[in-house]
Amino acid sequence: MYGVKQLFVPATVKEALEWLHQNPQAKVIAGGTDLLLKMRNQAMREVVLVSLHKLKELEGIEILPDGTLRIGAMVTFTQVNRSSLVREKLPFLAEAAVTMGGPQIQNVATIGGNLCNGAVSADSAPSLLALEARLVLENREGTREVSLEDFYLGPGRVDLKEDELLTAIKIPLPRHNKWGGYYYKYSMRRAMDISTLGCAVVCAVEAGGQVSQARIALGTAAPTPIRCRQAEALVAGRFLSPDLLIRIGETAAGEAKPRSSWRASKEFRLELIKELTARTLVQAYQNAGGEYRDEN
Amino acid sequence: MKIECTVNGQREIIEIEPGETLLEMLRNRLGLTGVKKGCEVGECGACTVLVEDEPVDSCLYLAARVDGKEILTIEGLSQGGKLSKLQQAFIDEGAVQCGFCTPGFILSAHALLKRHPQPTEEEIKQGLAGNLCRCTGYQNIIRAVQKASNE
Ligand SMILES: Cc1cc2nc3c(=O)[nH]c(=O)nc-3n(C[C@H](O)[C@H](O)[C@H](O)COP(=O)(O)OP(=O)(O)OC[C@H]3O[C@@H](n4cnc5c(N)ncnc54)[C@H](O)[C@@H]3O)c2cc1C
Ligand code: FES
Ligand code: FES
Repeated sequence: MYGVKQLFVPATVKEALEWLHQNPQAKVIAGGTDLLLKMRNQAMREVVLVSLHKLKELEGIEILPDGTLRIGAMVTFTQVNRSSLVREKLPFLAEAAVTMGGPQIQNVATIGGNLCNGAVSADSAPSLLALEARLVLENREGTREVSLEDFYLGPGRVDLKEDELLTAIKIPLPRHNKWGGYYYKYSMRRAMDISTLGCAVVCAVEAGGQVSQARIALGTAAPTPIRCRQAEALVAGRFLSPDLLIRIGETAAGEAKPRSSWRASKEFRLELIKELTARTLVQAYQNAGGEYRDEN
Repeated sequence: MKIECTVNGQREIIEIEPGETLLEMLRNRLGLTGVKKGCEVGECGACTVLVEDEPVDSCLYLAARVDGKEILTIEGLSQGGKLSKLQQAFIDEGAVQCGFCTPGFILSAHALLKRHPQPTEEEIKQGLAGNLCRCTGYQNIIRAVQKASNE
């Protein structure tokens, strides 16, 4: 039994926002896989909850008229993985979705909850940062949009007001005709484990084989998930080479600020960043149709 | 609060507490003790039940969410007193020792076979990744799922 005093189950977003406005102390529950765990661990009592599970408006995956892909905040990791639209347009995101938890968690955990929870290890964050995803936030007064990068304020802190709901994630689809992405999750076990380090790369390749642009993002490498812009600048317009990959890894490690935790020391994480940035870039480049053979 | 749902094919109207888990509702209100209470933090899968054909950890799931939904527990798998092929395969392959993890494994595997009637070994491992067994070492469980998928 969780310490719930009241559970409100709105039928529309409008109703939910109105209620949140009047009950600013209430907590929003989506899948509950983070929140319920926290309530148990902290023995929280008398919690007032508003559950989003009946809000049809927060479901679904579709392409908007402006060509962006919209994923409703209540879409689960299983739904991201199985969506034919995601598989067609962003195949690496479909794969990244099932690097988290196990089937039971993927069936319940939502992508919105993963982001709103603000964890630095959130498995959807690196891929969505590399895709330059934007978040749609609504309260009773209106709607605003922020980039995922700006949404992260600090360790465990996100730009979400008490009376706001995340309603959707908007992803501009890569326009380049040769592009690819990859998410590399490094963890002790292949399933049911939080990432020690996560790296996502989205890259576009020119007909001649140069990388025209790459976006590199890391999870569990700094107080929040981050983009590595200096490393990105190094690779733009270049052919991949062993030397370049080493420099990219070192540059990304220079941009990161990993900590030591029981999962891994800071020093080990720095080595992981160097190695995984390079590996993930190569894999994304190959997924984009680029040819690169590691001579080592 | 009152919810209405279908459990093992039977319509139920149940009065629940807002903080009640699906695990507690199934065990304490409906007497379905095949739903096992293990870690209670989403790690072991002993409490797995199917909601709309998908496995969920009932310990980390508010009962209020199943309003209007269909639930399957291990008690609903056999038909007319006859075990399902999968249940029989678990017995035949010695995939059960203490049995505490078994309902959860069988329900995860049942959902997997419904989606992938002929899963590869890798797909079986992925489908069962959210269930822990402290006794069997998993090999017999994988064999049991393979056996049921071949029949
Ligand atoms: C066993 C286990 C394994 C796990 N493994 C992983 C893993 O490998 N990788 C990983 O990244 N995570 C993992 N998690 C953590 C968790 O499952 C994810 O972060 C999940 O995506 C959270 O989503 P949820 O819908 O369950 O969020 P909830 O718990 O419902 O909510 C999380 C937070 O976000 C807020 N919130 C949720 N939705 C909204 C919204 N639409 N608008 C405003 N606020 C909102 C809630 O108020 C709460 O503060 C694991 C959890 C468990 C229990
Ligand atoms: S008791 Fe639910 S996952 Fe362990
Ligand atoms: S048979 Fe004992 S835990 Fe699996």
